[in-house]
Order: sequence, then structure tokens, then C-alpha cells
Amino acid sequence: MAIVLDILVQLGQLLLVLLLAPLLTGYVRKIKAHLLRRQGPDLIQPYRDLHKLLRKEVVLAGNASWVFRTAPYLIFATTWVAAALVPTFATGLAFSPAADLIAIVALLGSARFMLALAGLDVGTSFGGIGSSREMMIASLAEPALLMIAFTVSLLAGSTQLSSVATYMQGPAVGLRVSLALALVGLVMVAIAENARIPVDNPATHLELTMVHEAMILEYSGRHLAVIEAAASLKLLLYLSIIGCVFAPWGVAVAGQGFAAYAASLPVYVIKLAASGFLLAVFETVIAKMRVFRVSEFLGAALMLALLAALLLFVSRGV
Amino acid sequence: MDRFALDVAHLFAGGLVLVSFMLLYQDRMFSLLNIFALHAFVVSVSVAWQAHIQNAPHLYITAAIALVVKAIVIPVVLHRIIVRLGIHRNIETVVGIGKTMLGGIGLVALSIMVMLPITAAGGTLVREDLAFALSVILLGLLMMVSRRNAVGQVIGFMSIENGLILAATGAKGMPLVVEISVAFSILVALIVIGIFLFRIRERFDSVDIHALDRFRGERP
Amino acid sequence: MAVEILLWCIGALLAIVSAAVVGARRATTTILVYTIALTLSTIALGTAAWVLVMDAGPAQTLELPIGLPWLGAHFRLDPLAAAFLVVVNLGGAAASLYGLGYGRHEPEPGRVLPFFPAFLAGMNLVVLADDAFTFLLTWEFMSLTSWALVMAHHRQPGNARAGYVYLLMASLGTLLLLLSFGLLAGPAGGYAFDAIRNSQHSTTVASAVLALTLLGAGSKAGLVPLHVWLPLAHPAAPSQVSALMSGVMTKVAVYGFVRIVFDLMGPPAWWSGGVVLLFGGASAFLGVLHALMEHDLKRLLAYHTVENIGIIFIGLGLGLAFAANDMRGPAALATTAALFHVFNHSVFKSLLFLGSGAVLTATGERDMERLGGLIHRMPYTAFAFLIGSAAISALPPFNGFVSEWLTFQAILLSPQLPQWVLKFLVPAVGGLLALSAALAAACFVKAFGITFLGRARTSVAHDARETDAFSLTAMFVLVVLCLVAGVLPGYFIDALAPVVQGLVSAQMPRQAGVAWLTIVPIAESRSSYNGLLLFVLIAVAASLAAYVIHRWASHSIRRSAPWDCGFPDATPVTQYTAGSFAQPIRRVFGTTVFRAREEIDMPRPGDARPAQLHVSLHDRVWDALYAPVVSVVGVTADVLNRVQFLTIRGYLTLVSGALVALLVILAIWQ
Repeated sequence: MAIVLDILVQLGQLLLVLLLAPLLTGYVRKIKAHLLRRQGPDLIQPYRDLHKLLRKEVVLAGNASWVFRTAPYLIFATTWVAAALVPTFATGLAFSPAADLIAIVALLGSARFMLALAGLDVGTSFGGIGSSREMMIASLAEPALLMIAFTVSLLAGSTQLSSVATYMQGPAVGLRVSLALALVGLVMVAIAENARIPVDNPATHLELTMVHEAMILEYSGRHLAVIEAAASLKLLLYLSIIGCVFAPWGVAVAGQGFAAYAASLPVYVIKLAASGFLLAVFETVIAKMRVFRVSEFLGAALMLALLAALLLFVSRGV
Repeated sequence: MDRFALDVAHLFAGGLVLVSFMLLYQDRMFSLLNIFALHAFVVSVSVAWQAHIQNAPHLYITAAIALVVKAIVIPVVLHRIIVRLGIHRNIETVVGIGKTMLGGIGLVALSIMVMLPITAAGGTLVREDLAFALSVILLGLLMMVSRRNAVGQVIGFMSIENGLILAATGAKGMPLVVEISVAFSILVALIVIGIFLFRIRERFDSVDIHALDRFRGERP
Repeated sequence: MAVEILLWCIGALLAIVSAAVVGARRATTTILVYTIALTLSTIALGTAAWVLVMDAGPAQTLELPIGLPWLGAHFRLDPLAAAFLVVVNLGGAAASLYGLGYGRHEPEPGRVLPFFPAFLAGMNLVVLADDAFTFLLTWEFMSLTSWALVMAHHRQPGNARAGYVYLLMASLGTLLLLLSFGLLAGPAGGYAFDAIRNSQHSTTVASAVLALTLLGAGSKAGLVPLHVWLPLAHPAAPSQVSALMSGVMTKVAVYGFVRIVFDLMGPPAWWSGGVVLLFGGASAFLGVLHALMEHDLKRLLAYHTVENIGIIFIGLGLGLAFAANDMRGPAALATTAALFHVFNHSVFKSLLFLGSGAVLTATGERDMERLGGLIHRMPYTAFAFLIGSAAISALPPFNGFVSEWLTFQAILLSPQLPQWVLKFLVPAVGGLLALSAALAAACFVKAFGITFLGRARTSVAHDARETDAFSLTAMFVLVVLCLVAGVLPGYFIDALAPVVQGLVSAQMPRQAGVAWLTIVPIAESRSSYNGLLLFVLIAVAASLAAYVIHRWASHSIRRSAPWDCGFPDATPVTQYTAGSFAQPIRRVFGTTVFRAREEIDMPRPGDARPAQLHVSLHDRVWDALYAPVVSVVGVTADVLNRVQFLTIRGYLTLVSGALVALLVILAIWQ
């Protein structure tokens, strides 16, 4: 009986992240608009967009293969599963032993693999631009993320996100230099991976400035809806990881009962809102970098993460 | 000593290393000056914190000097001179920013490798603070070596000096810290003035004030 | 008993060599040879797997009275040999099955058929050998038969040079191993492995043996800087042989290293792990970067082998470092990770080479820039290649991810190592490993995307046809293995436990009993992974999303021209090419690592010829290490050449001078 309840809570989290993700995207867009002294679209506009796209007919290029048609669902499934395994309002849920931080990073890598292949599938030059730039960004962002995972795991003594969150809540953690470096690195990687300014512009359709948009240029209808949902889920996932590792207060532990979940859920929503606000401010303040400056940006993130891990290897006090 | 106090001091030292890396990353002049102001600000806050926990009021003067002279006056003056003299605003590096940062990591590793075995007698955090201070000094040297632009080299020199101040205040009871800080600031000011005199002479072929008077622009 | 079965299989393989020589012209000989090779490999595979999984008894040995009269030929089947025999015969079986279909297209079967079973026999014998003489003899036999296979198409440009370089490097490797065994045997001359195991070695001897073995076995495995023959020789051979060379022969070299360093040498020094880590990390990084710059499909795969060998040696280096510091549990984890990667790599690298062989048969092209759109013409090959690419890029839920995950877990245990050098080296190598994993994914997006996706760039790609059933069966067997090893890794880890127990005197905790088929490498609280659950979740989520959307939203599709931002583009030449896909990464990493330079050759106004982009890459290892050696050898040869043209008086002077010199030495010695 207890197992069934645990699985239900886990499925509840699956559903929660799926429902919250478009709201988060709409919220960030709204804040950015207000900072630019515009009204901006509604908070629930992304839901309306998804609904509209789902009902539309898919226009498929003549030479698109089965890879193109199945990639959206696979990208969505891997991102959704990864988002469901990150502690949001509670740690230690039923499926969390299945994947630790390294496996979550690799799941996002699978999603990116399929997306890059989909970009190359139709055989246009835009898709090629998107895929090649995305793989260059990934070749620096993924190692940075892995080194950050190392840093955090070395401190917490585990790669499981639930254990990391529990350790960070406890008194043993202290103010660590490695954590500060890891936080800066993680924020830089999160911006790059979610295709935000200054790395990529999520609102543009100009060839010079797009990476993510170029890969999904040929998608339409329900495929595009699924991919947009996956992109929102990815943003939610990164903000949840930052929240559960660096601001773990207020997270319930699995098995504490529905009262604890009811208390931790608003805390989680507030954390998302705060980080979304900071993201919107950051995107408004800074300009987009040119493509080869992005490699220096991510190289800096990789160096910071490597330094953080090195400091932990060399001395336990750091 | 209070664990929290030591942790905060340690965090400031680590933060200074982070800001040194940010200095290495910049490729535009004004952002370099802003980050340098941040660098000096972090040093002054760190010295003020050390003054608080070591109960050494003379260190407050050092902190004030670092804050006023290096975080406010020098960046503002450099900013205005750059605008006036129309100096080229891009900072070119000798080997490229990625490789420079990789070299920076190597230097941090080197300073850890050197410092930690030597200071085996001290407490853990103090040893690591010294290792960080040495890293800041080495990163400042790297910055001087890897920039083709005079302003970049001056900023590198000033960040070396910030690292020295961090090291000096980290070890409790070092004498003459205030006097050394003042001396270094004067030295830095003279270097900055010297560079710009050189520039002026290069551009206008003279530093004679009367001769320069002709170039002051249209009088209303 | 098991040793006898294996030796009979090997004997039968050698027997059909003669049949192949005699009847090479006839078509039925091809089928006969490959079928018999397939059967024998499967029998050997079954025997070795049975010994590995079921048989917990002591190692079985056999001594044959052939070879040196005072030594004989010793053969031994212990868990380490059984594990590697599984790898060898799995590859052999897959290659033979593939050869049944592919061999029909071979223009000169007489150059391939006799050597193929001999090659398989040689590899099996190396793993079974239990004394230095048998080992070296069978090692050379393996090298020579594979050289003959590399030279099978010797008229094609570049193949003759590839064979020459391969022969040189193989001889160098054997020489280094010979010296290594000589040092191990010591002045008493005890060449049997049992004698070597029981004797003590001083630290200088141990260091020398480690260096010689690392270079000797490493050159055959493909460690940087001795990897230069690999991208020349592996693509030159017929495709099933390339699969065997890359997927299996490199593992036999790893077996040689493991046997000598972990088993025969005794307790390792603490710095030996560091040296192996350094070579492994360098190989991983340089291998994958070279692979990214290639646009020949087989050369790309060969360079990728260098990367994966680097990953294996990183695991082995960590195992050595932990074992030297008496940290047995982490040593077991690192060694298990390395051995699991040996198995995984042989599976997916063979799969990828067989796939590229299918492409080569169908189109006659290895150059990716002349292919494209093959997914429409060769759907099954494309699917198999896709799974192989996903597996090699370490994507869950496939097997490549599990061995890389285990290696990362081992790296996370290494702050406990006390030596300072290791404390700095291990995170740096960990960063290199992470970087290589990400670059590998980029490399295979390029390989699969440019070859199979997009539009056909030439007419041969446009008219390609799917390969035959045998090739497809071989590939799909490997695909299923990739998935099974990825979702049920616990069984494989348990199968490797007796091997690791013999090597580092510890093993990983038993995985078969863990709930829900999760694997727990160290402790439940520390880390765990459940490939099956992830696979099920992803499959269910994808199907659910597809079902819900198709049922309640729309499911209509309309085919039309590509959108392409409103710029319709008739020619497939404007698609991204392999070079253009790799260009961002080349600009980020290539300027330092390869001295990559791009030059644009623009025609003057009025000249109608197209502009050209030249990309020049320099292999720094070749320039720094091999080019000087080659020039020194050339200069020395030129100088010594004058000895050929002396007069008779000159030769007489030489002979008498040598005699006088020897007498002088004798006088001084007295």
C-alpha cells in the first residue's frame, strides 16, 4: 500500500512539472515585457499556443524521415522523465534511485542528440547551422555540468539529487568557495542550455542569432507543440536543480505525508518565481554574444567548474 | 575563532579569485574597468572583515584606501582618460581567452601545490586563504603578460597589489600594512600617469603644456 | 575440459585455412568458410561464457609438447581469459555472420578467405596463452594475419602505405613486449606465466616492465602517441575485418596489458596508475577530436576507437592507483568499469563498422560528403547505425552510458587517494573524460546525420539499395546486445566479478539481488542507476504522449516542400557537409590541437571558377614524434648506403678492420 502511495506521489510530480512548465515560460516572458515597459502576452498564453499548435495540421517536408517524426516525442519523453526525477517539492520519491545527477545530464544529452539529428534530417542549411552550433555549445556545456555534478557530489558524498538536497539543508555544509564557483558555473550552463540571451535568443527567427530555433525550423503543428513543451520543461528542470541544490530550504522528504507536501509546494513555486524573475532581469540587462564568444563563455564555465572540483580534491576544507 | 567568521573571510578570498578570472575573461575596456572596481571593492570588504575579526582598527584605513582610491578614483579617472584620448576599446590577448583561462587554472593549481605543503603548521582555512592570495597575484601576472594593451597591463599590476594586500591582511599581525598600501597606491598612480604621458607624447609629439594648449578644441 | 574444447575449435579454424587456400575461386568456399567460422566462434563463445558465469573452480590449464623443447606450450583458462574470450568470439561470430552476406561482393576472395579464420584463431590463442613464448608467437601470428587482410586490396591508393606502417608499428610493439617478458622472466629464464607470477621483481624492473608493456600493448591497442597506424590500417581492410581489428584486436591488446600489469607484475607502484591515466586521458581527447575532423566514415570510426581505448585505460589507471594504495573496493569498481567498457565497445564498434561496410557495399563510397539521405534507401542499416551511434555517445538507456557512469563513480571516489600528483591529475583527467564524452556525441550526430539524413548528394547515394539479410542479422544481434547490456547491466557486472576478484582481490557488491534491477556500485545512499526503469519510463512517456495527441488533438499530415525560411533550395549541395558541421568545434579546439588553418581561395573578379576553402590540419604527434624518426632513419640509411658500392679492396679493409677491432677489445678485456 505504501508503495502504491509513493508511486502516486511520483506520478503527481510528473504531472506537476508538465503543468507548471508553460506557466513558467509565460511568467518569464511577462517579466521581460514589463521590464521593457510593454504589457506583454498573458501569463497563460503558452497554454493557448500549445493548444492551438496541437490542433493544427503538420506540414512535413517531402524527404523527412521517421527520425524527424519520432524525434519530438523522444525529446519530450527524455526531458519529461529527467524533470520528474529532480526533487521539486519533495526528495526521495519513488523513482529517484533510477537516475542520479550524471544520468539526468545524460538524459538531456539524449534529447539534444535527437534534436540535432532532427535538424539535419530535412537537409536544409538552417538545420545544419543549428545542429552544428548546438553540438559545439554542448561539447563545452555538458562537461561543465558534469564537473559541477562532481563538485556537488564530492561535498555531499553522493550523486543522488535527493541526498545532495538533504546534505545542503543540513548544518555541515558551511560557506564553501567551491559551491560559489559551482553556482556561477551552473547558472552559466543553464543559460546556454536553455537557449537564453546571451547565448541564443528564444524569440528570434534570424539566421545569424539562432541555434535552437534553427534546429526546429521545419517543425509545425503538434510536433512543434511537443518540442516547445519539452523546451519549457528543460527550463523548469534547470531552475529546479539550482533550487534544490543551492536553495534547498523548505523541501519535504518523501513519506512525511500530504501535509508536508502541501507546505513545500508553495515554497517550490516561490523558488521558481524568484529564479524566473532573476532570469528575466539578466536577459534584459545583457546583450547577445556572437557565436564564438559563446565558446569562451562556456569555456569559462568549464574552467570554474574544474577549479571547484580541483579545490575539493586537493583539500577537504575548501 | 568563530567558524562563521573564518568561513566568511575564506569566501571573500575565493570571491577574489573568481573576480580575477572575470578580469581575465573581459575583452572590452569599460567592462574591464568595472570588473576591476569590483575587484578592489571585494578586497576592501575583505580587509574590513579582517579588521573586524582580528580587532585591528588600522586595517580599516587600508580598507578605506582600497575602496576610495582603487574602487572609485582610479576607474573613474581611467574611464575619462580613455574617452578623452580615444584609446582603442578592444583588448586583444596574446593567445586567446580560452587558453588564457586554462593557464589561469594551471596557476591556481600551482599556487595550491606550493602553498599547502609549506604552511603545514597553520589552520586549514588560513592556509587556503594564503593559497588564494598567491593565486590572485599569479593571475594578475598572467593578465599583465597576456594583454597587448597598456591599460590591461596596468589593471593586471593593480590586481597583483590587491592580492598582496589580501595576503598581508590574512596573516594576523603584519606590521606597516597601511603604510605599504599607501606607498603602493602612489606607485600605481605614478605608473598610470607615466603611461598616459607616454601616450600623449606619442600622439601629440610633445608634453609641453603650452603646445598642448592648441589642441584643446574650439573655444566658445 | 573447456580448454580442450577451445583448442579443438581453434584447431578446426586453422584447418579450414587450407581449405580456403585450395578452393578460393569458388563461390561456395566463401559460404563454407564463414559458416564454419561462425559455428566455431559460437561454440567457443558458449564455452567461455559458461566458464565465466557458472564455473567457480580454479583455472584450467593445459600443456602441449609443441614449441620450445624445454618449455612446451602452456594454455590457461581463468576468469580473465574467459571474459576476453567472450569478447573475441562474440566479435568473431558477428563478423562471420556478416561475412556470409558481405563476402559475396569481395573481388579477390583468395586474399581474404584464408586469413580470416587464421586471424580468429590467432586472437583466441593469444588470450589462452600461459607462457611468454606462446603469447609472443600467437601475438605475431595475429599481427601478420591481420596485416595480410589489410593488404587484401593493396591496389587501392593508400592501402600499401597503411600496411607498411602497420607492419612497422606491430613489429615495434612485439619487440617492446619481448623486452618486457625478458625483464619479467629474469636471469633464470622462467618464461611460463606461473613462474613469473611467483617471482619477485625489483622496483626498477617493475617500472621498466610497466613502461614497455604500456608502449608495446598500447601501440596495438591504439594509445596516443602510438596510434598513428590505426586510422590508416583499420579502414583499409574489408569491413568485417575492420570490425574485428577495431572491436576485438584492440581488446586483445588490452588483455595483454591487463595480464602483464595486473596479474604477472605483482603489486603496482603508486605512480603507475598516474602514468596510465595520463596516456588514457590524452588518447580519449585527441582521438575524438581527430574523429570530428574526419569525413571518411571508416577513419572516423577508427579514430573513435582510440578515444574508447583511452576511456578503458583511464579506468585501468584508476584501478592501478587504487590498488597501489590498498583501496580495494574502489579498485574493483574502476577495473569493473574498464572491463565492462571493453565489452561494450567491442559490441557497438563492431556494429558501427558493419554498418559502414553495408554503406560501402551499397554505394561504393566511404566519404560522407558524397552520401546523404540513405535512411530512405537503407532503413534497417540506418536504424542499426543509429542505435550504435546512440550507444557509443553514452546515452541512456544503452550500454555505453553504464560503463561511463561506472568510470565517473570511480573518479568520484578518488579524493581519498593520498598522493598529491594524483590529486591534481584525476580531476583533470575527469574533465578530459567529460569533454570526450560530449565531443563523441557531436561526432556521431555528424556521422549519422551527414551519411544517412538529409538529401542524397550524389547519384550513388540516390540509388543505394539495402544490404542482404545476413549482414542485417549480424547488425541486429549487436543492436539487441547494446540494449540488453544497457538495461540489465547488473548481470554483466556480476559476470565480471570473478575476473576483478582475481585482479585486485576485491569485487563489486553483488548486483543481482538489488530491488527493481537497479545497480548500486558502492552503496545505496551514494549512487544508483536503473536502466530498465528509465527505458520503460521513456518508452511509456513517448507512447503516451503520441497516443494522447493523436487521439484527442490532430493526426493529419500534409507533405510539402521544406520551409527553409521561404528560400526553396533545389540542389542538395547547399546542405551542411561534414566539414561544415565540424567547423565550430574545429575553431574552438582545432587551432591549438591541430594547428588548423582555413584559407579561402577567392577568384579575381571576372574569373568564373568557384571559390575554394582549404582546411589544413597537422597531426602534432606525427610532426613531433614520427617525422624526426623517419628523417633520422633516412639520413642514416643514406650514409650507410655507401657501403654497398665499395671496391673489393674496400670490403677487404672492412673485414680486416673488424677483426683487428675485436682482437683489440679482447686484449683490453684481459
